Amino acid sequence: MADLVNLALTAIFTENMILALFLGMCSFLACSQNVKTAMGLGTAVTFVLTVTVPINWAINHFLLQPDALMWLGLPAGIDLSFLVFIAFIAVIAATVQILEILIETISPTLYNSLGIFLPLITVNCSILGASLFMEQRGYTASESVVYGFASGIGWLIAILALAAISERLKYSNPPKGLKGFGITMIVTGLMSMAFMAFSGIKFG
Amino acid sequence: MLRAIKKYKSYKVFAEPLSIQNPVSVLVLGICSALAVTIQLKPAIVMVLAMTFVLTCSNVIVSLLRNVIPSNIRIIVEMVLISALVILADQFLRAYMFDVSKQLSVFVGLIITNCIILGRAEAFALAQNPWLSFWDGIGNGLGYGMILVVVAFFRELFGAGTLLGFQVIPPSLYEMGYSNMGMMVYAPAAFILIGIFAWIQAEWREG
Repeated sequence: MADLVNLALTAIFTENMILALFLGMCSFLACSQNVKTAMGLGTAVTFVLTVTVPINWAINHFLLQPDALMWLGLPAGIDLSFLVFIAFIAVIAATVQILEILIETISPTLYNSLGIFLPLITVNCSILGASLFMEQRGYTASESVVYGFASGIGWLIAILALAAISERLKYSNPPKGLKGFGITMIVTGLMSMAFMAFSGIKFG
Repeated sequence: MLRAIKKYKSYKVFAEPLSIQNPVSVLVLGICSALAVTIQLKPAIVMVLAMTFVLTCSNVIVSLLRNVIPSNIRIIVEMVLISALVILADQFLRAYMFDVSKQLSVFVGLIITNCIILGRAEAFALAQNPWLSFWDGIGNGLGYGMILVVVAFFRELFGAGTLLGFQVIPPSLYEMGYSNMGMMVYAPAAFILIGIFAWIQAEWREG
């Protein structure tokens, strides 16, 4: 249990998707102008991460790993691991589509708040990145659930913080060439420096 | 000579991404990998080569297929194409440059979700002929590479005192009390350097 909590803490703070691993920067920069949009996108990302990382874990564990197909009675020595990229991105694209349809029928209110962000998420590198890290580090099933969820929360925290700062930045007066992209990157750098102070955080 | 070359449309398509249409610092695409692989110069250069290869091939192939791909499933077709090319690049790196491939870890795979590639396929290759798309791919790859190399240059020089693994800052300087800037190898330095780079470029564009 303590291991799982520690994994979550690492994924949220010390190895924050945006501030330490630089994943999902594009939508992070595009949607960080106001807090409400940031909240919507962050929730959608967390949601998709929590669903896709375990699914990709199952795909990897039962189909793609070296010798994974032995449960089907196939001989040992089959290694499909070169297919991970194409399999993961297909799973992500399909999951996002299915989620969109499901949410639309089950909860129209949730759909209205998440709706426009869901299609964007397929090409968000934090989603594919989390799955690839899961594969590379060899997480177990429960670890991959925790990792997916915690990475999403970390992403949400970072984008919310930047959106809140951006709202204030509108009233500040940086040098002309630094406006927009430049100042956002420098602010993100300072935030990332603050998040480095979390390194060593541990439970139990 | 240069003036004669400048007349060609392919020159314009090639040169614009290097300055006024730079994919990273002007259009803000593909930032993720631009920041993550720039701790040292060598992985950055390998990443640029892999990226330029995938970008150019996908541009040419999408452009060749532009009249065949049904427009409502074009994103999926493009994603499959790009993933296949990335698998090629990844297998090549694993076979011939294993140490760099280990250093780049998941970021080779993340070329798939690099917005520059899908962006160029959607915005350029779907509407232009293969020859121009080829130059567009090379130009954007190099425009992306330019930023990576500059950021990696400063991060490796000040963070480790080396360039491409060779000691550049002389040992006598260390004896005089100079020390490496530890911050450079961490994430914040990458953000701040890219911010400053975009600033310089913006000022320079405006004259």
